[in-house]
Amino acid sequence: MGGAVAVHFDRVTKRFGSVAAISDLSLEVRRGELLTLLGPSGCGKTTLLNLVAGFFSPDGGSISIDGRLVNDVPTYRREIGLVFQSYALFPHMTVAANIAYGLRMRDLPKRDITRRVGNVLSLVKLQGLEDRRPRQLSGGQQQRIALARALVINPKVLLLDEPFSALDKNLRASMQIELREIQRNLGVTTIFVTHDQSEALSLSDRIAIMSEGHIRQIGTPEEIYTNPRERFVASFVGDVNVLRGKLMGIDDTRAIVEVGAARITVPSESVRGLKASMPVDLFVRPEQLQLTEAGKPCASAGTVVAAVYQGAHIDLHIECADCPHGRLLARLSASEGTKWSIGTQVGISISTDEAIAFAT
Amino acid sequence: MPRSRFQRLLGVLGILAVLAILGFLLLPLFVVATAAFSSSALPSFPPKNLSLRWFVNAIGYPDFRAGFWNSLIVTPWSASIALVIGATFALAIEHYEFRFKSMLEGVLLSPLFVPHFTIGLGFLVLAVQISLVNTYAVVIACHVILVLPFVLRSVYISLRNFDPRLELAAASLGAPPRRVLVTVTLPLLLPGLVSGWLFGVLLSFNEFTASLFVTGQRTQTLPVAMYNYVRDYSDPSMAALAVMYIVAVAVLLTIANTFLGLGKVLNVERRT
Repeated sequence: MGGAVAVHFDRVTKRFGSVAAISDLSLEVRRGELLTLLGPSGCGKTTLLNLVAGFFSPDGGSISIDGRLVNDVPTYRREIGLVFQSYALFPHMTVAANIAYGLRMRDLPKRDITRRVGNVLSLVKLQGLEDRRPRQLSGGQQQRIALARALVINPKVLLLDEPFSALDKNLRASMQIELREIQRNLGVTTIFVTHDQSEALSLSDRIAIMSEGHIRQIGTPEEIYTNPRERFVASFVGDVNVLRGKLMGIDDTRAIVEVGAARITVPSESVRGLKASMPVDLFVRPEQLQLTEAGKPCASAGTVVAAVYQGAHIDLHIECADCPHGRLLARLSASEGTKWSIGTQVGISISTDEAIAFAT
Repeated sequence: MPRSRFQRLLGVLGILAVLAILGFLLLPLFVVATAAFSSSALPSFPPKNLSLRWFVNAIGYPDFRAGFWNSLIVTPWSASIALVIGATFALAIEHYEFRFKSMLEGVLLSPLFVPHFTIGLGFLVLAVQISLVNTYAVVIACHVILVLPFVLRSVYISLRNFDPRLELAAASLGAPPRRVLVTVTLPLLLPGLVSGWLFGVLLSFNEFTASLFVTGQRTQTLPVAMYNYVRDYSDPSMAALAVMYIVAVAVLLTIANTFLGLGKVLNVERRT
């Protein structure tokens, strides 16, 4: 088995009619990691998952699982575990029979099956439900059964297709933690598909941001959040503010952007090729904005139009005539945020050296 | 909260209304059943003396016997052929997109709106042309067309309720296509197929209007034989036959319920 790469996509292309859902995509999924494919709907993330599952084969390139080329290997010989958004539990079978299904298909002796079903049921904390039917279970329980059914066969890769989107918010959070714990304990390589960026940030070892059939950036959640390499990545992951600025100077590593009366240093990588005095968009996270009294020299100005209390912090929505989107979002601590009431004119300053600039 | 007198009155009236409707529905059944056990030659209500003679007469009447056997030949064939055709079209309509799809559906469902005598007459004319008059083939063909919409609908609904991801899930768990079919697809589609077939059987067995045109002396089905009997006689043999018929259907449905669950057979989704 060996090797650090569990799933390898090598220049994979998949077309539906004349539309390329995936084009010339290469990706390595490391053994034991939880890799999230994140992107808007139609970006090709589910297609990529289905290619691993073998529901169809690529039009070009190759896919290997554990070093073995699987392009022409049918789904039932791929040793994968799959959890659907709708769970797809067999309605005519009991919980125990659902979980045992994969083991029965492998013609294991009955005693082994019973033992392994019992083990995996205790792993997902659902002992005692063996004889229930799926429709008698809650959404969270159904999801655990679906996970147990996929895990019991010791899959080489676990594929999760938006498994949390049918759950309510509280349940979702606790299921995410539980899934992460189980995944880490078993060390099972997992590919997780979602369009929910906060879910991706909190769960993943690495995130691959996808759009239009390509991987835009791949990295740890922190890398993706603090160091997006493209406009698309910066605006898709996390909340972000866009301010219009002007490039003042640029060298190999740093660039200086003038925004209003402020000068911000940013990495030059994302604006390479641009020249001084050209306009750029500065991307700043909401927690990196600070408010000052109106009139003082600062980056921008606006009016507080809404305050959303979030417990530990407050989100202030600021109308800003000069900003490309017309709105800014400032995330302040609860004590700082309550100082600014709705309707107040404010100045906006940028308190970071982690802003990123992109060409307009 | 204490209920007002008016609300109580409304409740009582509601129950009475329901009972009245149920009674109205069952009234013909009740009249026929009592008449069947009467001893007099004229169907009367209430009967004066009880007797089983009309049952004996009905069972012994040669035309009824012949009609019953003819029905037993025609019914399973028409239901089965309609099931095969219906399932094929239902699959095609559910799985594929093609031009004239809605037109095809319309044509397949048209026997619902076209009067049965039109179809019967059409088949009669056709049968004369190709000298198939007085054969089972033409009766069966006619019945297939008439029950097809119901069979199609029933199969279509069960296909609709079937989640194709279940097959994908089974494949991911290591089931090759044949075992997916046997362990997942068939068990989940079977109730729909069986209910479609049962629908076909009941409808074909009851069909009268079109059968009147396409059956001859040799091939007349039970409803046609009953019609001919009523034209000639007016004794309660018909009532006795009706009672036997109802009991037979009740037994059939009870068996279906015991072995398949009536809820499933009738495609009623039950939530617990």
